[in-house]
Parts: sequence; structure tokens; C-alpha cells
Amino acid sequence: MTKLNAKIPSGPLAEKWTHYKTDQKLVNPANKRKLDIIVVGTGLAGAAAAASFGEMGFKVKVFCIQDSPRRAHSIAAQGGINAAKNYPNDGDSVYRLFYDTIKGGDYRAREANVYRLAEVSNSIIDQCVAQGVPFAREYSGYLDNRSFGGAQVSRTFYARGQTGQQLLLGAYGALSKEIGLGHVELFHRHEMLDLVLVDGRARGIVARNVVTGELERFAAHAVVLATGGYGNVYFLSTNAMNSNASAAMRAFKRGAYFANPAYVQIHPTCIPVHGDYQSKLTLMSESLRNDGRIWVPKKKEDAERVRKGTMKPIDIPEADRDYYLERRYPAFGNLVPRDVASRAAKERCDAGFGVGNTGLAVYLDFAESIQRLGRNVIEARYGNLFQMYEKIVDENPYETPMMIYPAVHYTMGGLWVDYELQTTIPGLFAAGEANFSDHGANRLGASALMQGLADGYFVLPYTIQNYLADQISVPRFKTDTPEFDEAERKIQFEIDRLLSIKGKQSVDTFHRKLGIIMWENVGMGRNEAGLKLAIEKIQLLREEFWKDVRVVGSKTGVNQELEKALRLIDYLELGELMARDALLRNESCGGHFREEYQTEDGEALRDDQNYKYVSAWEYKPGDVPEKHIEPLNYEFIEVKTRNYKV
Amino acid sequence: MKLTLKIWRQENAKAKGRFETYKLDNISSDCSFLEMLDILNEQLVNDQIKLPVDTISFDHDCREGICGMCSLYINGRPHGPEQGTTVCQLHMRHFKDGDTITIEPWRAGPFPVVKDLMVDRLAFDKIIQAGGFTSVSTGGVPDANAIPIRKEDADLAMDAAACIGCGACVAACKNASAMLFVAAKVSQFALLPQGQIEARERVHAMVAKMDELGFGNCSNTYACEAECPKNISVENIARMNREYFSQAITKANRNQSGGGAG
Amino acid sequence: MRKTVVKLSSLSKKFFMAFAGLFLISFLVVHLGINLFILPITADHELIFADAVHFMTTNPLIKVMEVVLFGGLLLHAILGIILQLQNWNARPVGYKVSQKSQVYSPFTRFMIHTGVIIFLFLIIHFMNFYFVKLGWTDPPQGVYPIAGQHDFYNMALNLFANPTYCILYIVLILGLGFHLHHAFQSAFQSLGLNHPTYTPVIKVVGTIYSVLVTLGFISIPLYFLFA
Repeated sequence: MTKLNAKIPSGPLAEKWTHYKTDQKLVNPANKRKLDIIVVGTGLAGAAAAASFGEMGFKVKVFCIQDSPRRAHSIAAQGGINAAKNYPNDGDSVYRLFYDTIKGGDYRAREANVYRLAEVSNSIIDQCVAQGVPFAREYSGYLDNRSFGGAQVSRTFYARGQTGQQLLLGAYGALSKEIGLGHVELFHRHEMLDLVLVDGRARGIVARNVVTGELERFAAHAVVLATGGYGNVYFLSTNAMNSNASAAMRAFKRGAYFANPAYVQIHPTCIPVHGDYQSKLTLMSESLRNDGRIWVPKKKEDAERVRKGTMKPIDIPEADRDYYLERRYPAFGNLVPRDVASRAAKERCDAGFGVGNTGLAVYLDFAESIQRLGRNVIEARYGNLFQMYEKIVDENPYETPMMIYPAVHYTMGGLWVDYELQTTIPGLFAAGEANFSDHGANRLGASALMQGLADGYFVLPYTIQNYLADQISVPRFKTDTPEFDEAERKIQFEIDRLLSIKGKQSVDTFHRKLGIIMWENVGMGRNEAGLKLAIEKIQLLREEFWKDVRVVGSKTGVNQELEKALRLIDYLELGELMARDALLRNESCGGHFREEYQTEDGEALRDDQNYKYVSAWEYKPGDVPEKHIEPLNYEFIEVKTRNYKV
Repeated sequence: MKLTLKIWRQENAKAKGRFETYKLDNISSDCSFLEMLDILNEQLVNDQIKLPVDTISFDHDCREGICGMCSLYINGRPHGPEQGTTVCQLHMRHFKDGDTITIEPWRAGPFPVVKDLMVDRLAFDKIIQAGGFTSVSTGGVPDANAIPIRKEDADLAMDAAACIGCGACVAACKNASAMLFVAAKVSQFALLPQGQIEARERVHAMVAKMDELGFGNCSNTYACEAECPKNISVENIARMNREYFSQAITKANRNQSGGGAG
Repeated sequence: MRKTVVKLSSLSKKFFMAFAGLFLISFLVVHLGINLFILPITADHELIFADAVHFMTTNPLIKVMEVVLFGGLLLHAILGIILQLQNWNARPVGYKVSQKSQVYSPFTRFMIHTGVIIFLFLIIHFMNFYFVKLGWTDPPQGVYPIAGQHDFYNMALNLFANPTYCILYIVLILGLGFHLHHAFQSAFQSLGLNHPTYTPVIKVVGTIYSVLVTLGFISIPLYFLFA
């Protein structure tokens, strides 16, 4: 517990970051050239950080698993990015963005980090516009804004339904510029499989070249992990197929603490599951809730009829529809935060009012908006999303209400980092979704893009210098050291073992089984018995995996089955860690909803007395991980029960 | 659905490839094309108890039609029969029971096959590295609203910027030309004031890199536009041509040795 | 530091290709205008044709333009061949299945092929007329006596008297027509002229142009075949 020093600068909230920057150590340009930084991941955080480090003069090595840095999953973010610009003159400010984020996170995030995030948010928009990101504009030529869940102002900047893509392409452009100039070296189709520590500091990684199958060693003065979240533990999620938790888990096993693994965001507006063969879930942007109204039938008979297909949703009269979000949360209505909207959908479906052939769906209806604004306006706002929906579901959302259901989307938990985004391993930094720092127990819409870019462009370039300032006399490393040998041997052993099991079940079979355990017991609603059961089941599944998995192909050359198997090793351990964290958090907050802890009308019941802390897990070889605690002290805001009703 | 699949198999970049035929049964029409391949791979793993075969390697990631990773040439068309759709968004309901489907990798000199249906598209990254950006460093930029941009121009820039870099344009073009990809990036910046400063260097450097990498020339057949999953218009190619010539005529070469901070 | 190199970029090649092409396109109109006077469209059509031929073969300005025309033709052909070789090179391994239906026009895929047809036509055409003027080849003989090196009228009549020649002429001109159909709008695109309003107009004009030019040239052998 003594180890968890968040290193929050002193002074008033609004001046902490300024103080930090004034007092921090810097590295002069001549010395920057002598220092190497490894950045793993090329999403918003990774690409932005690598590009910025390159511009500053550091020697950077950047890694991505895909064939190009532009494929990172940040690209799939649809809705937008928040900033406290207050362009619409509707009362926004840095403080309000900070406050909304803390409140949205159910008072489980670190004040100072969140304030800094809100503070640098405006610079992100400036930066992206200068990069040529084609944000949506008004006829005046100035930037347009829309509103998102958990906010009463319009502060979300967007580029049609492809904001993540455009921001990532901006960062990718900056990164490409630095690669072209030779400041950054790109290693594509490389997957990090271990972190290498020398004298307790992060000094390199071992990565597998997925084209040749060879294990390659890379050394540096500091390592940044920007490897995203771990939603794919659930098998079905909105994450990309290649998104995985291995980099974070391997760092965890080398001594980095894993914070709040239980905090998982279930996004309310995804296309419902439709078959066993399904490989992933597709998100429909939260922005749809601006104009769409969510409802289920008021009568169970009607719900049954639409499930059977004997009744069409448009035939259900207005009076027989239950707009449950508007009913329960009059102040925020359809724009309540994601965790609230997801739970409300689950509540209705569990009570027997769900629609779709599985009964696990609710309606998102645009009929009223189309009538009010005209089809053209709706088409201009959401055309691409409607098209995507039609492609997948084969129904026209202009004519019949969309069907949606919650799905795993984002993980607020991640590697524990201090104010400098440094993990408990000196020299190892974590940025973006890979760290835990800014979103508490629930992330607000359009804040992930903001955090990724804030970490990459405006936080790490400062804080990493503070670390590297005393590393200037450390010469470049060789990779033929015992530490690298040991790491490589370990992975080689793992790979050989996987290939030699020659069992009967495919990797995906095990992953699906894990996903079902996780979704049923560590999903939207959790309870003590279920969590204990999950831990037990995962342990059994892990044993079975190491006995009966069948990994075909060889270790040389491309082997996608082997890649999946290596990732599953980490999911099987992380899943248990998530269940353990959820089990020990005897309260409901944000994305973590314990059924034992709810109010009479089904709202989350937080326990600030006992659980106003960050749980950080330490790996213990051969034993269960140990939980540490970082208490959260709110100096500047009053901790209140979240209320989206009035 | 019952399907017969003819799939290109190739061990690695140097190996000689061949077509293999596979049979699939009981495929749901709601299944996506890539899920159908997942099922085939699962079947191959299970069959392997009897037969030593490898699974089929293909590139895929987001499965939402935005990352641009998937790249299959299906029955003679990149990304298959549906217009404006990536393979991952293509569903089996667009095929008929009993169909034979031929699946090939992208074919172009600059896109060498890595394995089976996977190709290397590093050439696209290299073109972007040659100039597909504004040379702005982090920090020190004006307020986002300092320069108003005509909505129409911003919208056109967004149309061009929607490119996902999948390479379907190259795969579709009879000349394996990358013109639409390059033009989309050039256009995005040509339409925005932020892109004007380096307009000349950008278009010339990107075109030179494209030529150097061995992509074919444009013969205005517009197959690229017809097959683009994001419906990027060939108007962008004309705009790039325009940019290229007007920049060649009106502006002097930048003396590159004079750059750099003092 | 870019050196000035002779090597043209793909875009420059396309630019010159299009520019020379448009020049040839405009020349064809003039050529057709004169040719039509082989047909009895006016009472003194023979005289007008002869005057035009005389003007085209002797006027000093036209002499200069002739050099430009051949230069343009040569440039167009050479660039066309270079571009085509590069294009074939860009895809060393082809597809097994390739659907051709979705492209804009069936003519667009066969520019090099129709180009070769036009080249063959030009060889025949030059041997029959232009080289005669230069004194390199003998004029086409037949029932009509040839008055001199510039008596293109009677040379044409001699040729068109042969039905096989007429049919060959028609076939080769159809090749030219297909070439022009794609060439017209393609040239504008290569020069960077694409506009949401005007491009559809250009495409229509291109179609009308290629059809009219083809019909115009074909009308002459047709007349001799059936009249």
C-alpha cells in the first residue's frame, strides 16, 4: 500500500497541472537524441504519443499488430470528442466538463487527473483542426457541436459518424510524418508478448513478428503501453477482433498493478446478438440517443406478439409504449449515462418486456424525429449509421424502429498509473484505455477519444521527460542480456506448449465459454454467488484449456490460431481477476452493479464510506493476486449520489 | 445454405499458391461473410484430427467496416457483390444456396501476398509518409475556430477523408492503380486552408512515391469508384490532377535544405 | 533537393496523353469535314474537296500544324504504350475470376487494343494517301485516272470501289469510334476537369461526338457500297 503514490501535485485544483509543468525536469535537445522510447499501440494515445515524442527529438520505436498503424480500434469510434470550448455559449467550462466526468464516473476517478483532462481538452480540438481533421461545421464556417449522454451542454465535436476515424487519421498523419523523417521507426504486424525489466526499470519488450513467427527483442529507456482495453475477455464485445489484453497482462505479471478490473462499460446502443456463430457486436453511436426515443411495449402480451413476429412495432399505439428512460429520468431522459441506460434496458427485458426474437432488445425509435425534423435532417445526421444497421439487420430504420441491446464496449479499469501516467514499474507508462485513470467507474460518451489524445499529445510528452531527465547518462541498451533471454525463453516455452497439447477443442470454443461465464456472472448485474461461481468456473476452464486446446499450424510464419491462443491465456487470467475485484467491491457504482446493493427503485447504491478507493491488484506468482488500495480524496467537489432524475 | 468455396492458399510470400475447394453446410443467411470463414476455419481445426491442414489466414479487425483491414476479392469483385460495403459488413443473404464462391487476395505488385488471403499494404503507409499530413507539431496552433471553413468545403473534405485505406481501388483497377487512394488524401487537404501551405510538396511527393512503388496508371475506367466501400468519388482524382498541374505551374520548388529550426 | 529529371510522373504522362488526344480529337473534325465532300452533298462537292485538299497540303501554316499533329500523334502513341506496359507490370499475378460488368463503359478497358487498331488503320491510310503525296508509294490505281500526287479524290474513289476495302474501313473506323467514346471524357478527367454539373454534359457531348464522327466517316464507304 505504501507503493501507491499517485504523485498529485500540490496547490488548488486548477493550478496543479501548471505547477507540475513549472517544476518538472526537462531533457535538452542534444540528450533527447540519445534516449529511446518504445510505444506499443498506434491508436489515438499511442500514435499521438509516438508522433509527439518524435517531434521532440526522442528516438521512438512504435508497434502495431495490424498491417498499418491506421487500423487501431480508435478508428471505430463514431460519435465524437468532448471539449470545454463553450462555442455554443451554453454555459460550458473546464470546471463543468471536469465535474460532469467525475460525476459520470460515479465519484471513483482521481480529481486531479480528470481536471487535467478537462483542461487540455480544448488544445486537442485546436491540434486536430490544424492537422486537417474535417470536423462538422455550420454554415458560418465555424465548428458544430452536438450533445452526448451525461451532459446538459453541447460540447461534442464530431466528423459525421466517423469521429474516431478522422482523429486517428490525424494522429496517424502526424506519426507518418515522423516515420518519414526517420524519428520514429514502425514495426507493423508485431505483437508485444513480454515486458523486459532491468534493475527494476522497464527497459524493453519482446514482440512476436506475426509474419515470420520470430520473437524479436527491443530495448529502450522507457516503454509506453497504449494497447487499449480488455473488453474482448467477454468474447462478444464491440472491440475489434485483434484488440487484446496481453500487453497489459504481461506487464501486470512483471509487477505493474492492475487497477479496477471490474469496471466495464456496457454500452446501451448495440445491435442485438443474432446467432451462435456471431463473432462480434456492432455499436450504434450514442449520438443516436439525441434524436431517438427508447421504448418497449407497456403490455407483456404486445411484447410477446412482437417477439413471435405476429405484431409489428409500428402497430403498437402510442399509449401502449413505455418510454422507460423518459419515465424514470425526466431530467436527462434518453440521454442518461451509459451505465444507467444499459441497466434500465436489462431491467425491462428481464421483466419480460424485451423485443426481438430473443427478447433481448429494446426499440430506438426515430419516427417522432423524422416527423419533427424531416427525413433529410435525420439522414444527414445519422445516414451512415442507419445504413450500417440495415446492412446487418436487414431492416430499414427509417420505417421501423431500430432494435438495440447493451454490449460490452469499454473498460474503465486498466494498468494503475500515477499522475504522470507511470505504472508501478518505473519507466513503464500506460496511456489511453490501457490505463485506469480518468473515467472512474463509468465513462461518459465522447470522452475516450478525448482521454486518448490528451494522454498522447499533452500529458505524456511532459511527464515522460520528468522520468527520462535522470536517464540521460544511461547508454543505449543491448538486447543480448539475461533479462531478454529469460523473457524470450518464457514465451518460446509457452508457444511450444500450446502447439504440443493437440487437444480436441479450438481456441474460439474456449474463448466463447469464457465469454458466457463472464457475461452471465461479471456482466451488467453481479452478485456474490455468481462471482464466486465465475472464479471457480474460470479456474476449471483454464485447466481444461491447458489440457485440451487444439492449436493448429506451426510456430513459423503467419498463424492466426496461435495468436488467438496466446491472447486467450491472458483473458483466462484477467477474467478471474475481474471477478475477484467485483466480488470484493461490495457496492454498486457506475459500470459495476452489484444486485445486493441497490435502492428500492433499482438505482445503484454506492458505499462511499468503505469503497471510495481505487483497487489495484498486484500479481503474486503461484498465488492469488493481492489487492492494494488508493483512497480517493475529493478536496474540491462534494461527493453526491448521482441523480439524473431532476 | 450450402456453399462451395474456392479459396487461394499460399504458404508465404515466396511460395507458389493454389486454389483449394471447401464445402460448407448449414450456413445461416444472417451470418456475415467473415463469420462464414470463421465457421470454415473452426471446421478445419476440428477436421484436423483426421487431416493435417492449416486454417485459412485472412486479414480482419474491427468488423464494422471502418478499419479497412479486410481485403477479399470475392467472385471477381473486391469486398464482394454489395456496393459500398466492406467484406466484414457483407452478409450471406446476398448469396444463394448452392453458390460457388471464389475468394482471392488483392492482386497488385505493390501488395505482395503474406499468406493465403492476406496481403501487405505497407505501400499505402509509405505514400502517406511521403506527404499525407500537415507538418504541424503538437502544440502552438491557433484556436480551432480561428479559421472559418466553408461548410461545403469541409463536407467535401470529409467525403474524401472517409477513405479507409483498404486498397479495394487498387484491387479493382485493371491497372492496379492507387490513384483514388492518393487523390482522396490530396483532396482532403486541398479543400482545407490548413492543407494549403504544403499543397505543392504534398501532391508531388505523394504522386512520386506512388509511381516509385510500382502502382499502375489511371486510365479513367472508374472501377475504383464503383468498388470503393466508402463511395469515394473519382472527382477527387480530377482534383488531384488539377492540384498537380496548377501547383507545378504556379509555385517554385521549396528549397529543402533551408528548412529546420534555427 | 529534387533534380530536374526527364522522367515524367504518371500524372504528367496522363496530362500530355490527354492534351495530345484532345488535339487529335479536334483534328478529326476538320478531317471529317473535308472527307464528307467526297459524297455528292453539293453540286460542286468535287471542287470543294479538291480545294480543301490543296489548302491542307500546301498552306505553310498547315505545314507547321502537320508537324505538331504528327508530334502529338507520336507522343500519344508512345505514352500510351509506356503507360500500358507499366499497367501490366503493376499486376504480375492476375485474378482467376474477374467481373468486368461494373465498370463505367465496356470501351474503357480496351483503349490499347482500339489504339492498335487505329495504328493499323493509319498505316494503310498513309500508304494510300500521305506517302503518295510524299512520293514514297504509288497512288491506288483503278477505274479513275489519277491526275497527280494531290488527286486524293480519285484515289479515294478507286479505294472505295473495292467492297472489301469498304468493309475493312468500316471495321477499323468502328475501332476509332470506341476509342473516342472513352477518350473524350477521359481527357477532361486527366486534365483535372471534373465538375458535378459539367462532367455529365461532357460525357453526353463525348458520346454524341464519337457517334457522329464514326457515322460521318462510315457514311462514305456505306455510300459507295450501296449507292
